[in-house]
Amino acid sequence: MPGRSAPLGTPTKVTQGSKTKGGIGESTLRPDGTLKVTGEFAYSSDMWHEDMLWGQILRSTTAHAEIVSIDTAEALALPGVYAVMTYDDLPTDVRNYGLEIQDTPVLAHGRVRHHGEPVAIVAADHPETARRAAAKIKVEYRDLPVITDEASATAPDAILIHDNRTDRHSGHVDHPNIVHRQPIVRGNVEAARERADFVVTGEYTFGMQDQAFLGPESGLAVPAEDGGVDLYIATQWLHSDLRQIAPVLGLPEDKVRMTMSGVGGAFGGREDLSMQIHACLLALRTGKPVKIVYNRFESFFGHVHRHPAKLTYEHGATKDGKLTHLKARIVLDGGAYASTSAAVVGNAASLGAGPYAIDDVDIDCVALYTNNPPCGAMRGFGAVQACFAYEAQMDKLADAVGMDRVEFRRLNAMEQGTLLPTGQAVDSPAPVAELLRRVKAMPLPPERQWLTAGEAADVRQLPGGLSNTTHGEGVVRGIGYAVGIKNVGFSEGFDDYSTARVRMEVVGGEPVATVHTAMAEVGQGGVTVHAQIARTELGVAQVTIQPADTQVGSAGSTSASRQTYVTGGAVKNSCELVREKVLELGRRKFGSYHPAWATAELLLEGGKVVTDAGEVLADLVDVLGDESVEVEAEWRHRPTEPFDLRTGQGFGHVQYSFAAHRAVVEVDTELGLVKVIELACAQDVGKALNPLSIVGQIQGGTTQGLGIAVMEEIVVDPKTAKVRNPSFTDYLIPTILDTPTIPVDVLELADDHAPYGLRGVGEAPTLSSTPAVLAAIRNATGLELAKTPVRPEHLTGTG
Amino acid sequence: MDFLRPASWEEALAAKAEHPTAVPIAGGTDVMVEINFDHRRPEYLLDLTRIGDLYEWETGERSVRLGASVPYTRIMEDLRGELPGLALASHTVASPQIRNRGGVGGNLGTASPAGDAHPALLAAGAQVEAESVRGTRLIPIDDFYTGVKRNALAPDELIRAVHIDRADGPQQYSKVGTRNAMVIAVCAFGLALHPESRTVRTGIGSAAPTPVRAKAAEEFLNAALEEGGFWDNGKIITPSVAKQFADLCAGACNPIDDVRGTASYRRHAVGVMARRTLTWTWESYRGTATRTEGVA
Repeated sequence: MPGRSAPLGTPTKVTQGSKTKGGIGESTLRPDGTLKVTGEFAYSSDMWHEDMLWGQILRSTTAHAEIVSIDTAEALALPGVYAVMTYDDLPTDVRNYGLEIQDTPVLAHGRVRHHGEPVAIVAADHPETARRAAAKIKVEYRDLPVITDEASATAPDAILIHDNRTDRHSGHVDHPNIVHRQPIVRGNVEAARERADFVVTGEYTFGMQDQAFLGPESGLAVPAEDGGVDLYIATQWLHSDLRQIAPVLGLPEDKVRMTMSGVGGAFGGREDLSMQIHACLLALRTGKPVKIVYNRFESFFGHVHRHPAKLTYEHGATKDGKLTHLKARIVLDGGAYASTSAAVVGNAASLGAGPYAIDDVDIDCVALYTNNPPCGAMRGFGAVQACFAYEAQMDKLADAVGMDRVEFRRLNAMEQGTLLPTGQAVDSPAPVAELLRRVKAMPLPPERQWLTAGEAADVRQLPGGLSNTTHGEGVVRGIGYAVGIKNVGFSEGFDDYSTARVRMEVVGGEPVATVHTAMAEVGQGGVTVHAQIARTELGVAQVTIQPADTQVGSAGSTSASRQTYVTGGAVKNSCELVREKVLELGRRKFGSYHPAWATAELLLEGGKVVTDAGEVLADLVDVLGDESVEVEAEWRHRPTEPFDLRTGQGFGHVQYSFAAHRAVVEVDTELGLVKVIELACAQDVGKALNPLSIVGQIQGGTTQGLGIAVMEEIVVDPKTAKVRNPSFTDYLIPTILDTPTIPVDVLELADDHAPYGLRGVGEAPTLSSTPAVLAAIRNATGLELAKTPVRPEHLTGTG
Repeated sequence: MDFLRPASWEEALAAKAEHPTAVPIAGGTDVMVEINFDHRRPEYLLDLTRIGDLYEWETGERSVRLGASVPYTRIMEDLRGELPGLALASHTVASPQIRNRGGVGGNLGTASPAGDAHPALLAAGAQVEAESVRGTRLIPIDDFYTGVKRNALAPDELIRAVHIDRADGPQQYSKVGTRNAMVIAVCAFGLALHPESRTVRTGIGSAAPTPVRAKAAEEFLNAALEEGGFWDNGKIITPSVAKQFADLCAGACNPIDDVRGTASYRRHAVGVMARRTLTWTWESYRGTATRTEGVA
């Protein structure tokens, strides 16, 4: 609240290793950064094995149909084809997989439920032969009516997307075509509405976004002599893949050895399996290594997308600007298979009120089964869709009350101690009002920047850019604000742990730490952070990061902004255990030489054992000698609990991440074209382990939010449920000319529950970016704009 | 798929005569995309990259003979003065990498209504130099586009060059896409003033089955400019004239609804671009006219 004097929080103080170069808090560089920029990075699609075959997947050409017959004879007869497999060729009774609900067929069985569903797989000695063979497989479909929205999904006579559900949500949903429903009820909305002087409502629509990561799905499966398989794969969570792959292959988990290979990005899109099982099946069937590489077209069908959503919101406020209540209904389209829809429902519902203090809340959220493309994890995970709606509402409400939009938000902002609608208290700093204040206080970019002294207009500064559509005509500036709240880590009682193996030994006369985890490095920066943590905790200069594989315990998923917290926490914990063992070793060897071994607090600093007063007791080289000290340990954050199925009450979340944005846009109001000039962001990161990496995450998340604001959308034909734009020709993502200046203001207010007080960073900026841009466009045009992405048609009344 | 690699233009013509289904490839920015996506498997590919002539241009007194493979980057950088409309269009083509490889010959060969060069070529009144073993002919651009992705070339003909008059007046080009770079046109508009002939020509892209001129709009504007003595007095074009011109340009469209935009939006946007480009070119012409008067 403006004018309050209580401190927002305090920064973390680090003692151990604080003098170590390259430790936490420094902007160390990614080892793969230059390689990626110069095009030399080896992606998983670049792998090669002698005698390898190429796998190809035949996908359904229709969204919903019975499979009458599959004829593979012609494909098998093609020279160069080694194997063609359908559902009937699967080796075991486990023929489905899934992250939460095992409802996804490895290969379609009797029915396809969405456009692009895998029906058959082929292995051949050349990728083109494999493609040709796949095209020769004759599949006879008998089309079924398509279910594409809530009305068609929940009609009494609707075809069930999945028959005979037995999953844990099937008992409490109103209709079998609803994956999961989560109400959140707190206080008394009906009574609170009576206190409201203003009530505003809105219906909002959020489009289907694609992760559009670099490096489409690909991997190499190599059959092993022991009957197992080695899988080299670009993924987000090795052990989750393993848990789903091994039973389908009929192999024990230790015979499916997985190694991470070069990943471009993920953003949630690699959390579900893609070609993993298919490559392994073909490799085991043919006895040869099999590589599968999706092209970009196939990639659009090869992973889940962000849930499109319809959100109906009602907020009330008193005339002095205090929020009275929220009533909301959120309908997410989960598509044909569950993926992580249930967890996305939990997030959208529990965070549906946003970072505001509201006592009386009634939120209802469902995810549907439809014949649309399956949707699941994507950066922001349910919180994104909700933020788009509640932030539009905040502007409407501020206008109704007659308050400044930022001040209205600050007046209602949650703080440490505020109860979420789930009844869970926010028990770490929640600097929502401060982030808004900071982002508003940043200087605005100059007006009419396209005017250059005496010259023609600089079209790069204008909507349309070099397409030369305006020299300033029709251009109106708009400014918008938004703030959001994202949970960090897996919620609702999930056992969300990670594992780290840390070894310390002398190599070439120097103490060296080796860190081995199964963490998927998908761009989040764990690869630098783990080395930084090891340097800080062990006081060494040299750290080796082992490639991630399944020879070490699970690191959990690289998602939910959790890896720095959880696997970073596991590395820190294992380092601390190693440090204790090293000091114990030192005490045994040298304890008798100096009393401080027994009495002082001992630190590892600069390759030496020192007292907290700075006195050197021994070199680590001498302490370790020929021994190596190794620890592998699991580490967990504090436990959470599920939300009550009727009321949504419960200690469901581990931590929160907050970001605020101010968007400045120039809109060509006649042509409906938008140029985002600046997207200023303020975010609390708890503790910046790698400041450069954090700014990169914030800028990337901000840009991904801009994408869904003004261009990104997978367009699905409502009549056929087929995808209309599965290519980068027509699924547009921001280019550098669309990417604005992104000034970033980083706060570091420690969360005492987390290692170093850090907060997950990656997702929060994706939340508030989109509504800030929409607010700015509304500000420029005066239009309501209840749907994102905004298209030129919406701004010109030509839809 | 056979890959034919003629070392000279004559060899290329002979190869095309022998294999009329052969698909010419130069920059490969269209053809290779189709091949990579397995949308197209021509029997023969006819590689024109060894024919150096195609990468050159000659600037004559009245016109530029632009080799079919001159990359867009060269047009942007070296032919701004002579071919301002085409240079502006070249700026909007894809990415720097594509502009370094692609040329106008490819745009014409593919004849997609969304090709970025077409509206500028229509507005400038270009002629396509087509050649076969049977001989050479110049095809007026107005007769070149015959249908969706179809053109007036005979099966044995290759595009050797494009002849474009050097600009005798201001030219402009605008393209609408839903992002600020690297985007296929939702629609595009080219406009050229030809003070010598006292005419205005236009070109519209992506708003009809083929690139088209807005002929009724041109006729209306030519008459209005003539009647008002605008070419001589250099007066500001009245908003009502500009509006009617814009409406007629919008009326010349025959667009479709597709994933890139609605028909209604395309018509609207072509009208806005027509009005704006007319204003820009006319203001530029007036500026030139005024200066000339001042000197005289």
